[in-house]
Amino acid sequence: MSVATESLRRTPLYAAHLERGAKLVGFGGWEMPVQYTGILAEHNAVRQHAGLFDISHMGEVIIAGPQAETALNRLLTNDVRALAPGQAQYTLLCNEAGGIIDDLILYRLEPAVFLLVINASHIPRDVEWIRTHAPADVVLDNISDRTAALALQGPRAVQYLPAAADLKPFHITRLTLAGKPCWVARTGYTGEDGFEIICDDPDVVTLWNYFLQAGVTPCGLGARDTLRLEMCYPLHGNDITENTTPLEAGLGKYVNFDKGDFIGRDAIDRSPTRKLIAFKMTGKTPPPRPHYPIQSAGRVVGEVTSGTQSPTLGYGIGLGYVAAGTTDIAIEIRGQLFPATMEKKPLLRKNK
Amino acid sequence: MSIPQNLKFAKSHEWVRVEGNLATIGITDHAQHELTDVVYVEVPKPDAEVEAGKPCAVVESVKAASDIYAPVSGDIVAVNEDLASQPELVNQDPYGKGWMFQIKLRDPGELNELLSPSDYSHHIGA
Repeated sequence: MSVATESLRRTPLYAAHLERGAKLVGFGGWEMPVQYTGILAEHNAVRQHAGLFDISHMGEVIIAGPQAETALNRLLTNDVRALAPGQAQYTLLCNEAGGIIDDLILYRLEPAVFLLVINASHIPRDVEWIRTHAPADVVLDNISDRTAALALQGPRAVQYLPAAADLKPFHITRLTLAGKPCWVARTGYTGEDGFEIICDDPDVVTLWNYFLQAGVTPCGLGARDTLRLEMCYPLHGNDITENTTPLEAGLGKYVNFDKGDFIGRDAIDRSPTRKLIAFKMTGKTPPPRPHYPIQSAGRVVGEVTSGTQSPTLGYGIGLGYVAAGTTDIAIEIRGQLFPATMEKKPLLRKNK
Repeated sequence: MSIPQNLKFAKSHEWVRVEGNLATIGITDHAQHELTDVVYVEVPKPDAEVEAGKPCAVVESVKAASDIYAPVSGDIVAVNEDLASQPELVNQDPYGKGWMFQIKLRDPGELNELLSPSDYSHHIGA
């Protein structure tokens, strides 16, 4: 690990992670568990049963006031007006050039109160951007430093949270769990059913122990990464950045060009010259990794942005940018070419 | 963490079993534990010539690719073909079925540079 551990921040669950034997790594400025027993076992726990992730490193920002909806609709690519109180949507924060500053989930808690859950490493950047570009009469409260969060994910997740059994996907409600008040949303980053639970910092240890004692498997960021990659959910910093646009990234359905003006709207190229594609390796190959060159017809047409050996599928998978119109690809790994095929997203299709 | 007493060790966490002029190489229990789930092993080409201290194989976990260094110089005379279909043998049996390759020693004097079991134990803070 190249990051000095002293400079990394810790969540309220740091001691609980050590107690569980977690291996800790630097991620987005935080010292986080990458795994407890092993990435494969944790990955499979989420695909087959239920797993629990500490996602307290993520940022939470409240935007409120009579002008909040209008302000957010100018800042974000999706149509905020489509959200009723209690609903959530995936959306993007773009710069004037249409580059993606961050991807986030926007929750409408009340008619004029919104919660944004943003990536850990972008909290200062996002907050500064919103402060600069939102009207002064909009309330902006960055509650990240006093707010913790857990993700309870897996086909059996609801068994451990029966109080939220009737909550629909992409909805959020207020509940008391283990005596602690929290927001519970039916959202996640794994492709499985499940919940994200947002609470005050001091309460998260109680909730963590509550679910683990009930039989949920603690899971680290290693499994979180393989799970999201099988679903082709982009990771900001790898697959999407301020230098990539939503349409290049294949996120057009989260951009509403008809809702009125928003930052980046006019700059986003409607027919981009490069595309974020999903691919799978053919046969037994080394796992693809970020920055490996992608070749087509003997020349480099792009590079891998995320890659791994898929625990569920058993072969190498990845995401990467290629020139639009590319059909046949191979991945260059340590100077050798390995065949791969472009696939529809998501790479993992569950029979539901 | 298991450290067999009949082996020699490199600081880069390879083990060496010497029989006559042949050295069998794998990675230690400590190393496989640090790497976690091994999903791919790239062994040297049979008949390749390797130099002590130079990378000659790659072991890949879900998270990362790591170089394996030749602990001694010489010619590769055998590689573990089973690892192509069962890379997890490196985790399950690092000193046995998870062996990686065999080198015909060029200079047996190089063996003196390797760590004893107790030195290796000290090296990993066990």
